[in-house]
Amino acid sequence: MDIPLSYYLCLSAVLFVVGVGGVLTRRNAIVVFMCIELMLNSVNLTLIAFSSFLGSITGQALVFFVMAVAAAEAAVGLAIVIAIYRNKQTVDIDEINILKW
Amino acid sequence: MESLVFFFLAAFAVTTAVLMVLQRSPLVSAIYLIANFFALAALYLLLRAQLLAVLQIVVYTGAIMVLVVFVIMLLNLGDEARVHPRIAIRTWITVVLAAGFLSEIVYIFFLAGTPAEGTTISGGAESLGTVESMGEALFGKFLLPFEVTSLLLLVAILGAVVLAKKKG
Repeated sequence: MDIPLSYYLCLSAVLFVVGVGGVLTRRNAIVVFMCIELMLNSVNLTLIAFSSFLGSITGQALVFFVMAVAAAEAAVGLAIVIAIYRNKQTVDIDEINILKW
Repeated sequence: MESLVFFFLAAFAVTTAVLMVLQRSPLVSAIYLIANFFALAALYLLLRAQLLAVLQIVVYTGAIMVLVVFVIMLLNLGDEARVHPRIAIRTWITVVLAAGFLSEIVYIFFLAGTPAEGTTISGGAESLGTVESMGEALFGKFLLPFEVTSLLLLVAILGAVVLAKKKG
């Protein structure tokens, strides 16, 4: 039996929502960061599914660029986390509220 | 057979994602996320995207997650503290919002219908995800974005060094 496109899209939607839930509930900055990676990956799954089902390479090329951006984001994001930890001795996002009005 | 593999991988991916969010220890969360990435790589193979399945493992689990695990160990982060009662209501709001969001998406997929072409994996998909065709696309049609990506990575390296450097 062939798997319909909507199954892949639903799986990716579930993964995305789990990632959103993690970003909203977790308070460790690094875990929030990992949840964002999960959301990026669920979107990648959508792009690859569309690419395969429509027979077009564009979706897979876009996933390649998403991976490059994710790698850049990981490097800069973790450097920011280290800089914050050095200043405040915590990565709890409820404690990092200096920009909060 | 293929659907059996798909459902196993889908269940594995969702389970590891949920466990990652529920875990208190950041390090165990990272391990679950790595397991999730392996499931996604297998799903990419199921979609005939060979190069991206390999890149998923090499780039995500090999580079990004190693960096994350490295930072978690470097900062020696302990378990997340218990949620304060004042904040616990936030969790419930999140659950309600996430459930609403998910039901909206599923409603669109199943009741509004999918495009007519999207019923089976297209015949040319096997040759689509190979290194050869990806290389032709990246160095042909997508040459400018590809080159800009190298600039982005260079800026990211410089930014990471500047941000993480000790002020002195």
